[in-house]
Amino acid sequence: MRGWDARALTGMALVAVVLLAAALGPLLLPHGPEMPDFTATLAPPSLRHPLGTDDLGRDVLARICAGAQVSLLVGVGSVVFALLLGSGLGLVSGYLGGWTDRIVMRCVDVLLAFPGILLALGITAALGASLLNVIVAIAAVNLPVFARVARAEALALRRRDYVTAVRAQGFPEHRILLGTVLPNASPPILVQASLLLASAIITESVLSFLGLGVQPPTPTWGNMLRNAIGFLGIADWLAWFPGLAIFVTVLGFNLLGDGLRDRLDPNS
Amino acid sequence: MCKIERPGTLNGVRSIAARLFALLPILLGLSFISFTLIAIIPGDPVTALLGLEADPAAVAALRAKYALDEPFPVRFGAWLLAVLGGDLGRSIQTGRPVLAMVMDALGPTLLLAAAALVVSLLIAIPAGVVAATRRNTPADFAVSIGALCGMSLPTFWLGILLILGFSIWLPVLPSSGYVPVTQDPLRALAHLVLPALTLGVGLAAATMRMTRSTMLEVLRADYVRTARAKGLSRRAVIWKHALRNALIPVVTLVGIQFGQLLGGVVVTETVFSWPGIGKLTVDAIFARDFPVVQGAILVTASLFVLINLVTDLLYAALDPRLRGAA
Repeated sequence: MRGWDARALTGMALVAVVLLAAALGPLLLPHGPEMPDFTATLAPPSLRHPLGTDDLGRDVLARICAGAQVSLLVGVGSVVFALLLGSGLGLVSGYLGGWTDRIVMRCVDVLLAFPGILLALGITAALGASLLNVIVAIAAVNLPVFARVARAEALALRRRDYVTAVRAQGFPEHRILLGTVLPNASPPILVQASLLLASAIITESVLSFLGLGVQPPTPTWGNMLRNAIGFLGIADWLAWFPGLAIFVTVLGFNLLGDGLRDRLDPNS
Repeated sequence: MCKIERPGTLNGVRSIAARLFALLPILLGLSFISFTLIAIIPGDPVTALLGLEADPAAVAALRAKYALDEPFPVRFGAWLLAVLGGDLGRSIQTGRPVLAMVMDALGPTLLLAAAALVVSLLIAIPAGVVAATRRNTPADFAVSIGALCGMSLPTFWLGILLILGFSIWLPVLPSSGYVPVTQDPLRALAHLVLPALTLGVGLAAATMRMTRSTMLEVLRADYVRTARAKGLSRRAVIWKHALRNALIPVVTLVGIQFGQLLGGVVVTETVFSWPGIGKLTVDAIFARDFPVVQGAILVTASLFVLINLVTDLLYAALDPRLRGAA
């Protein structure tokens, strides 16, 4: 772990906790996330239900662990999708230049001209609220960011001597792009990915909270909080724990992203 | 040596005109996406508007009005022409013109956004300055941790916790609703406090980081040393000379944030039942009132683009070194 500062290590630890909760929670916990216990509805935290139960007697801890799976799946899925498509477009556009670059960047500008959450809302409203559509919507918000970062890198790299050297050896353009430009452009793209993971997880929770994300009964942190609003005065644990879960996860990815940036990007 | 240009007024006007012209393709793109999003929703909008048992003549009239039997490009053209004439259509639910509904919602949204910015600056600037002037002390450390936590805090959760704290445990502030300032200024303020705090705290994080870093840079500058050497007090130098220059980049950030708030208000308005453009959009999505969704998204995104342009121009005006570069 040499070279990683305390922030990055804290971030890794937080992310590891969330990953473990998502992977092991459903295996180890006695209650299923959708299993109602009508003898214990709105029960405060106890030994039997460490984080209490909701209005249908469902175990909050089990639901938070199941919600972690949705958050991570949507976060990673949307960022990977946006990364592949966005950086692909950005690299080609920056490397080729000319009209390709102008047209691609205009489209990117249009996507960036929407406040992110509004674009995601519009897309889920049009396509319908489902796991896949939420991933697509959040990917559409992040795609232009990756395109910009990748394009800037490709523009800078294509004039480097070592790229010219590879070209002089007669390699085809796609080989140069994949073999030389891509590896050298990847550090800033990866830093961006880690920071965007944090914002993707927040966007997912906002969509769920508004009722436009993954639909109940599948638990998500956002729809748990949406449900909690109705019971604020009588069961505040319903509001505390899902929010805390989002906070810890997002903090983890933000710390990790900051740490990665310091390590991979010597300019900052 | 690079040539130093002294831009005259004509140059300034020309550059603003050029920037406005460059916005046209963006606005066209925005309109295209707003139109397409609604056009791809399955189902016939006329059935949605008039119901299944509608009078065939009315159906035919409406189909002709929205050019529904025409191919997609023609429909888009017809819609765009109407939009350019200020006609965003009518709400399916209420029958009111969409433009009027959006304009009504804009006031509360702008008020909330402005209040959130004030809250954020009141927190961020003193905290950022203290962190920079006491670098590597516990105070600096606390500000950094606070900023990181603020960035990671989901706004709607903060909103829920504030309601829990100040409307339920300690019932001093209303948890939802909106009162126009003209009607009752005191109650209007009471309703504004929690939503403005909710949005402001999240924004403060980024502003705090930026104030700290630009302040650190400015404090190293020669003119700050000169001011100290002239015998001015440390306090006067920090808060008058240094801060004024450190705030120039912060202005850009605040401009960008003001634009982002147009999206950020969506969830906060929903939590606090604040009748702004965000709540209008979300309510319209649930009511499947698509002309309203389309209009609200288009107006919000266009405003967002315009605010970003104004921010760029303002930044250039504030920093003489950038004049003519905009």
